[in-house]
Amino acid sequence: MCLAIPGRVVDFVAETPQLAVVEVSGVKRQVNVDLLRDEPLGPGDWVLIHVGFAMSKISAAAAEEQMRMLQMLGEDLQAMEEIAGYQFGRDPS
Amino acid sequence: MKYVDEFRDPKLIRQAADEIRRLARPGRHYRIMEVCGGHTHAIYRFGLEGLLPENVELIHGPGCPVCVLPMGRTDDGLALAELPGVIFTAFGDVMRVPGTKGSPLEHKARGAEIRMVYSPLDALKLAQSNPGKHVVFFAIGFETTAPSTALTLLKARQLGLKNFSVFCNHVTIIPAIRAILDSPDMRLDAFVGPGHVSTVIGCRPYEFIAQDFGKPIVVSGFEPLDILQSLVMILRQLAEGRSEVENQYARVVPWEGNLPALRALEEVFELRPYFEWRGLGFISQSALKLRDEFAEWDSERRFDVPGIRVTDPKAAQCGEVLKGVLKPPQCKLFGTECTPERPVGALMVSSEGACAAYYHYVHRLAEANAAAGSLEG
Repeated sequence: MCLAIPGRVVDFVAETPQLAVVEVSGVKRQVNVDLLRDEPLGPGDWVLIHVGFAMSKISAAAAEEQMRMLQMLGEDLQAMEEIAGYQFGRDPS
Repeated sequence: MKYVDEFRDPKLIRQAADEIRRLARPGRHYRIMEVCGGHTHAIYRFGLEGLLPENVELIHGPGCPVCVLPMGRTDDGLALAELPGVIFTAFGDVMRVPGTKGSPLEHKARGAEIRMVYSPLDALKLAQSNPGKHVVFFAIGFETTAPSTALTLLKARQLGLKNFSVFCNHVTIIPAIRAILDSPDMRLDAFVGPGHVSTVIGCRPYEFIAQDFGKPIVVSGFEPLDILQSLVMILRQLAEGRSEVENQYARVVPWEGNLPALRALEEVFELRPYFEWRGLGFISQSALKLRDEFAEWDSERRFDVPGIRVTDPKAAQCGEVLKGVLKPPQCKLFGTECTPERPVGALMVSSEGACAAYYHYVHRLAEANAAAGSLEG
């Protein structure tokens, strides 16, 4: 429920700037970044994703730590299912 | 201390555990509540209670959204699912939560149109691609999740989408903490504050806990070391006679929270006069409902929601476990009639529920050890 999944911003969606393409362990999906509109966000930045929305900007080290944490809690597969399961963004393949 | 070597920083873990032992005064019993279900999961998964001295007791709090939802609300949601032309959508956690006539998954098996979604935006998209149907999103969660529902509703309004509505079950953490502090049978010394809720609300809303109730609260990360360090910070405050709000998780949680998220919550939601919590009863101003401007997208106003009130199965003691009065295995149904495979109460459903966490990491381990022991014997 409260899964927070770390992902790296790789691009933005041209006509909808509130959507960013984010990569999580090799899987790229669109994620809503509207909640981070008050701070600068660019490709290469790391974010914590929750139910399709980036909730906070974090450091690369914190992102790595969070991914390991999900693995240790046995929630990494569930997290990847969630990321891969987002339907609202077009697949940026 | 058999777990210590499995941690990433066994030395730091050992130091933190030693510091906790040093700070915990013999002859005093410390009751510390971790509010967040994510912390409860981590505490059991890493066996952190085994690193604590006997007089430092962790009480598992109400921060598991599906666990605190009364069964009547699930029944209400499922009544909507049975209406003709409705597609009922919910997060995966909700799908296995028992209602009076079974879980959403069981209703789906009986033919109701029920879909699991990973984001409220997916429910919105489903409405866009099914114009002949009405999509209900069963919204649940604390302030971590509520902003995503708020932004989805803003988007629905912007699109002028007529066939989408939200059955809102969002709750807020502060009134629940206050209710626990006001409850006469709860004697707590301090709180481990929730991590992800605090990314939204920040640390300021906890100040009343320190100032009015004189209890320390430390907002904590989820790593074993984070939780132990938070306990060190709490015990240090208690040893020095301080009660403050401290932020152990500053690498993720800004003191002021997430302002765009707070603005979205303010724009879309208002507080309900009261809302029922499993185990805690009715708590005033503890849940969100859609503002009048969003009435069109409010399932409770668009449809005739029955407003079902159900008392929990008598033998199940979810309420006592939720309040920390009982430990999970002290419930009469634990591990026999109520298991993760066949949950009677929601605490056994979610990985953040104290019963499921205890079952997976303590009960099964004990059973496996007993089986190994009898083989050796």
